[in-house]
Amino acid sequence: MRYAMAVDTRKCVGCSDCVVACQTENNVPIGFCRDWVVEVMDGTYPQLEIEIRSERCNHCVNAPCVRCCPTGASHIIDGGIILVEHSDCIGCGACMASCPYDARYPHPDGYVDKCTFCVHRIKNGLSPACVAVCPTKCLYFGDLDDPNSDVSTVLKKRKFKTLIPEAGTAPQLYFLI
Amino acid sequence: MKEEIIVSGRMNQLIDPHLHIWHWQISLYLFLGGMAAGILAIAALYFIRGREKDYRTAVRITPFLAPILLILGLIALFIDLRHKLFFWQLYTNIKLQSPMSWGAWTLLVITPVSFIWCALHIKEIFPKWDWKFQFLYDLETFLNRFKKVLAWIMLIYAIILGIYTGILLSAFNARPLWNTSILGPLFLASGLSAGAAATLLLSKDKEERKQFARIDLVLIGVELFLIIHMFMGFLASTQVQIEAANMFLGGPYTMSFWIFVVILGMLIPALLEIMELGKFHIPVIVPAGLVIFGSLMLRFIIVYAGQVSRWLY
Repeated sequence: MRYAMAVDTRKCVGCSDCVVACQTENNVPIGFCRDWVVEVMDGTYPQLEIEIRSERCNHCVNAPCVRCCPTGASHIIDGGIILVEHSDCIGCGACMASCPYDARYPHPDGYVDKCTFCVHRIKNGLSPACVAVCPTKCLYFGDLDDPNSDVSTVLKKRKFKTLIPEAGTAPQLYFLI
Repeated sequence: MKEEIIVSGRMNQLIDPHLHIWHWQISLYLFLGGMAAGILAIAALYFIRGREKDYRTAVRITPFLAPILLILGLIALFIDLRHKLFFWQLYTNIKLQSPMSWGAWTLLVITPVSFIWCALHIKEIFPKWDWKFQFLYDLETFLNRFKKVLAWIMLIYAIILGIYTGILLSAFNARPLWNTSILGPLFLASGLSAGAAATLLLSKDKEERKQFARIDLVLIGVELFLIIHMFMGFLASTQVQIEAANMFLGGPYTMSFWIFVVILGMLIPALLEIMELGKFHIPVIVPAGLVIFGSLMLRFIIVYAGQVSRWLY
């Protein structure tokens, strides 16, 4: 099993509903977020091109945060999801320094927190909160090992890219272009 | 023109606009740990080589600084932690891939060893020292018998401590400036140089001072070589590392790095030490103080600049 997410940058309108849904679902403290929306404007007027990306933890195959964590609090579970065990985390910041995507934040309670792919929801057969609320249905989530999952189907049909693959992290957040 | 903005209002001051997770605590610790490592490594090395009589200060007096530096460093590290009460989780497992993990275990060995080393030489500082209890005298005799083993342990762990402070940073490939294996040897050389400067400062023996001025000169040469080597490596590497190097070659850290670290912390003390070895008389506090100051600035600048350097995206 290999969970992954695909983001359709051509369908995303940047409404930030995914951000708010995540903050509500996961009780993210005010001022922080586990996912965020990036808008890239390219070119000069009138030849402008815009790309909107809903970004979050890439749940990398070769995760530097798991490698650098001195206590094993950052760990990979079945399906390739990377989680932080709060009671093992000492809040040293090594994982934050090691993440090329800056996907983590220090929770005011002391431990480091980040996107979990809503592991509590997918265990019950639901999709992650951000995927569930997306009004343009531009987020696809599922198991890459299952050829019929939403994410596998869309990745077969469309061209895609990942963020900074040259960092050697093998990210699992795919952006359809 | 390409413009990239986060439109959903991410306002995390610790990662936006660039990483700002490690502050003075980590920089200070890297310096204190490096200097303690330098002091202990030099003491152990001269003891093993049987030069204790010639370099009495280095072997018996300067090591008294090490436990103080280590304890201060540990306090700084503890202040840095955000989930403080869980710090003991560091000692529930050994993670070989995480330099921070084996650094924590190294500290667990080297700190008590540095205390033992000082206890064995306590009469150098307090000639009338009395252990009060017979078992403490027995323990002292016992440890004195294995002093050579102790010195070997101290030498090996001091070198690991000195080099790990650099490897700790170079393990983060997300920060291109840190992601160079030169950082380990550079921090080790800088720590040894600060350790040699401490003996230079404390020694009252003219011959010993001369010897440590020579050691310091060699180490400064090694550091300069490593710094040039580091920038050569960066400039011949990928775009992100070229940009990391450019922060020091015309970018925002140019002045602070070249003035404080290279000129004040290396070139001027080297010049003063050469003059001292010649006929001039230079107050020893000036070169030694500058070397220690340069060593401290190196840690601060690398820690702060590294957090600014990032992958383009």
